[in-house]
Amino acid sequence: MAKVPVQFRLNGSDRAAFIDAADNLLMTLRRGLNEFAPKYGCGQGTCGVCTVLIDGEPQLSCLTLAVACEGRHVETASGMAEGPNLHPLQVAFMDNFAAQCGFCTPGMLMAARALLDRNPKPSREEVIEAIAGNICRCTGYEPIINAILAAAGAGDQKRA
Amino acid sequence: MLEIRKDYFANERDDNLNVIGKGIQRQDMPGHVTGRSRYFDDHAFEGLLHLKVVRSPHHHARIRSVDVGEAERAPGVKRILRAADVPVNKNTLLSLINFGKDDEPTLAVDKVHYKGEPVVAVIAESEAAAMAARKLVRIDYEVLPAVFDVEEALKPGAPIVNETYPNNYFEYHEKFDHQKLRFGDTEKAFAAADLVIEERYQTSPIEHAPTETNGSIAAPEQDNRFVVHSCAQGLFFSLGTSAKILNIESNRLHFIGGTVGGGFGGKVDSLTEPLAILGAMLTGRPVRYVLDREEEMLYGSPRGAERVYVKDGVMRDGRIIARHVRSYFDAGAYTRLSSYAAIKCTAHLPGPYWIPNVSSDIYVSYTNRCPSTAMRGFGITAADFALEVQMDKLAHAVNMDPMEFRILNAYRDGDMKAHRRVAKNTALIECVQVAAEKARWPISESARRQSSLEGGGQRERGQIPATPIDQRGQIGRPETRSGPVTQTLPAGTMRIPLTKQPELEGSRDARPVAPNVPRYEPARPMTQPVVQAPAPLAPMPSAAPPPQPGVEPPAPPAPGVQPQHGAMRFSSVFGTRRR
Ligand code: FES
Ligand code: FES
Repeated sequence: MAKVPVQFRLNGSDRAAFIDAADNLLMTLRRGLNEFAPKYGCGQGTCGVCTVLIDGEPQLSCLTLAVACEGRHVETASGMAEGPNLHPLQVAFMDNFAAQCGFCTPGMLMAARALLDRNPKPSREEVIEAIAGNICRCTGYEPIINAILAAAGAGDQKRA
Repeated sequence: MLEIRKDYFANERDDNLNVIGKGIQRQDMPGHVTGRSRYFDDHAFEGLLHLKVVRSPHHHARIRSVDVGEAERAPGVKRILRAADVPVNKNTLLSLINFGKDDEPTLAVDKVHYKGEPVVAVIAESEAAAMAARKLVRIDYEVLPAVFDVEEALKPGAPIVNETYPNNYFEYHEKFDHQKLRFGDTEKAFAAADLVIEERYQTSPIEHAPTETNGSIAAPEQDNRFVVHSCAQGLFFSLGTSAKILNIESNRLHFIGGTVGGGFGGKVDSLTEPLAILGAMLTGRPVRYVLDREEEMLYGSPRGAERVYVKDGVMRDGRIIARHVRSYFDAGAYTRLSSYAAIKCTAHLPGPYWIPNVSSDIYVSYTNRCPSTAMRGFGITAADFALEVQMDKLAHAVNMDPMEFRILNAYRDGDMKAHRRVAKNTALIECVQVAAEKARWPISESARRQSSLEGGGQRERGQIPATPIDQRGQIGRPETRSGPVTQTLPAGTMRIPLTKQPELEGSRDARPVAPNVPRYEPARPMTQPVVQAPAPLAPMPSAAPPPQPGVEPPAPPAPGVQPQHGAMRFSSVFGTRRR
């Protein structure tokens, strides 16, 4: 099958790959560009471990055609830290024990980051709503919800 | 908030427990939050191939024929694996500690025993090509009657699920049809009890559903070795299992893992490693075998369902004087770890209570279901569910508060347990007291004053009672189950002697004699590697015949050269050191 080229920005760098036209973004990131932060959990849009940001919006990369990302900006958990400095959400996840096996964490962080970017002071209900598409089989969600709320609070303090 | 009662450990430890109770950052946390933690699938390989298996659509069927011709010619297909390609195509997980007989093939040979059993593996350039070619494999089945109920499976005339165990129960030490516990005289105590209550409990299979599905990637390494990135929860368990199935020295396998995307017990079966490595051996290229979500949910081995009958004799004052538990583990079609579950279950009975007369009969039944495996406390959890629901029913029947009822019957330090060991470090009474307090559940002043440290081991609480044993008590063969009492062991007896020799298989129950069990002895001597160096590194043309047995008649096992797997180790199954 003839390969088609695709180009997009990945965590701020321009990247290109030759892919099958039917390849989804998850497969292109993982097998084409060696970007392993987004995970495969179901391939059917039900678990959220493949969540990435496309132009700032949380999207399931397993349900997104890679060719549809041409020219757009794709962000993953690997691009969250600024140099050696972790994002407040990453720190809050560590402090609140919000990861056990850690497999859902990159997707959770993306969903949480999209929430805080658009709503820096979410209520508990809004946090729950924002991660409703992300399954975690280990933590029971409470530490994750607390971490996101703590990160929102920490951002608040920094601004004050 | 978590509160650690350090005073409980005061006389056991001389340090001040300076880590417990404090927040300490886990070392894998930075990797998790930055997306850098490497799970088995987070590794790039040039020339990676993808393996998918063709699974049985039937619960129980004879394989009449397999035609892989069309699949072999499909675009992107590099190699098809059949049963004959697997060097030692019969294994049981606990064979690494010499426990149980090999009963499960990696790829089905002449029969399938559950829906979803792997029959053929397809290795192709892409996952899509492997999945497309999988549809082209033609398998002709003759559907056979199946059995799905643990008790039906044990009845005479039931379909034989697993030819290695033709009576549909796991055979302990090649003699016993179940795990048995006898302590005191339950029958007599039931006759003397004010109330006798018997209930039946049934649990369902549970899939672990880890967010990361089962899988592995195997690749040829330098020095004729294979690197294996694995999801295994027990990495060396999986290494040993793979080395046995592939008949290669374990030092030729380089397993990397430990970062597991959720396991909960569902990643101890080596579901993918042996085939991925075999694929890498036969193609000379990296091979990735990952279950998709549907396979994980349907065919990743679950926690087995259990059926538990609990019969209790209780007095109006609330004392339980006798408990009999009969339980059936649904192993599915193959043993995996169910044999161990029944041992754990027996060791757990009668629950955390002192009861003067206890007996139990715990069976592992084979049914035409997906084989079950480990999951968080397997062997214990279903029994505890049954016992604790039963405790509530008993409390209700004698008109007692369920919390107080548990305190009354709880083990205390010094009590003789049904396993003829003295109870130590008991704490149920304190647990119930704290639970009642936290739940604001009113309990009486006297219940609040009870302590696990007081009153245990006094008089009969500290003694082994006289224990009548019937033929059932010696050998649990089906035909002897209703035998009369033959002997009473005097009080204080620690062990039940075995006085009856087991009968030979096939001579009982008027069931047909078991057909011959197929043998999969490796055709080459154990000392030779299956694939001679440096063959594994050279790509195999896809049309090449397998360099494995298959065409050659299986060699009879040479006496005295049985492979020994694993070093001398401590076995929790035997409680002894075994090779
Ligand atoms: S892998 Fe995309 S939602 Fe599960
Ligand atoms: S931490 Fe394991 S799935 Fe969320």
